[in-house]
Amino acid sequence: MPQNLSRHPSPFLTALQRAGTGLLVFLMLTVPAYAAEGVVPASSMPWWFWPMALFVTCFLIGIVAVPAGIGGGTLFVPIIGGFFPFHLDFVRGAGLLVALASALAAGPVLLRGGLSSLRLALPLALIASMSSIAGAMLGLALPASVIQTALGLIVLGIVTLMLVSKKSEFPQVAQPDRLSSALGIHGVFIDGASGRAIDWQGHRTPLGLVLFLAIGVMAGMFGIGAGWANVPALNLLMGAPLKVSAGTSGLVLSLVDSSAAWVYLNRGAVLPMVAVPSVVGMMLGARIGARLLHILKGSVIRKMVITLLLFAGIRALLKGLGLWV
Amino acid sequence: MNPPTNSQARQQLDEAFRYAFLLDWGTRIGLLALVLGFAAYMSGLLTPHVPLDQLPSVWNLPVKTFLQRTGTPTGWDWLDLAHKGDISNLIGIALLAGCSLPPLLGLIPLYLKRRDSAYAVICALIAIVLVLAASGLLSGGH
Repeated sequence: MPQNLSRHPSPFLTALQRAGTGLLVFLMLTVPAYAAEGVVPASSMPWWFWPMALFVTCFLIGIVAVPAGIGGGTLFVPIIGGFFPFHLDFVRGAGLLVALASALAAGPVLLRGGLSSLRLALPLALIASMSSIAGAMLGLALPASVIQTALGLIVLGIVTLMLVSKKSEFPQVAQPDRLSSALGIHGVFIDGASGRAIDWQGHRTPLGLVLFLAIGVMAGMFGIGAGWANVPALNLLMGAPLKVSAGTSGLVLSLVDSSAAWVYLNRGAVLPMVAVPSVVGMMLGARIGARLLHILKGSVIRKMVITLLLFAGIRALLKGLGLWV
Repeated sequence: MNPPTNSQARQQLDEAFRYAFLLDWGTRIGLLALVLGFAAYMSGLLTPHVPLDQLPSVWNLPVKTFLQRTGTPTGWDWLDLAHKGDISNLIGIALLAGCSLPPLLGLIPLYLKRRDSAYAVICALIAIVLVLAASGLLSGGH
């Protein structure tokens, strides 16, 4: 923790750290609440406890997800799948809706602010939407233990990516590739921090399309929002400015998650009692998180979220391998 | 770098505003339907298909077993049970999952007017993917 924060801890930061610790303690406490039988152990708690716990947990996830710069869906599936008594099929269906609702709510604001580029998003969304349908079908066909194990590995991969990945505020693109030129993948946005108009253009479009093919499969299969993968792909690979990458990622997600969500809906894997409290809790929490964005120290929250993800990833992996059921 | 001209920047803002307007309203309607549906479900105004006190014995089952145990339909057959409290929530969820369709279709005339056929085709293709996903033809929902 930076020294100035140690000397003068912000009340918001202290409250948020307590919330994070509370969430971790709550998650630990929920584990013994399961009885011993079944693939996903049944809960001994009354039915109303779990939707309420889901709402509170998603509210807290929503608060920390925004300052940490990570989609709520990425935290949702490993945490809810690991510590709540719902089958992973329903958790992934709800996870897609959580990520979808968040992306839909933010989309119009980002588009009007020039931070989300349709010309960049649409070709990538076409590829990723098709592959997300395949990913969703694959995810619903595979045994839950396989998905849970793969989810644990993916989450631990995300933790690694969050720890090591670099960011480039304004990547230099000397020459756009032929496809990028043909599709006119470029734009201009006003940087709120400096007030400057920034011109940008994309490159390495074919490689970007291949990457988004894989991102779509993962989004559909695991029900996690793919912002953690979208932003580095758009920023470091395709050369979009960091803020445009973050804004465009949401637009891509809104289309990719819509396609995959229909598969879960058609297969009956959307349980309203799981999905609705999650969506509402996450959206309310995200509104508070967005307001705290200017007050909180992002790096501290980010470390807290990485710790939560690490814990949830290990839990998912061990649960999938049958070592911690 | 070849910076975009003012007219190109203007065009990109036009398409962004049109998309944002339609997406914004679709999302609002979807969320409203979702919250109203859930309120009707929890308040008991609409009787649920699966009784609330029986949920804990089925929400931990794989989806196939859940559907068999509860007699919940797949595909669009849930519309027949839309008057049930739990199933009525799927209206809001379907609206949210489908609300990207109007903005995509709304962009096509704009792109065609500018003779930007590549993006008109891309929008049409994404719309087709969404419709096919929603139809259940790709995912075997029927």
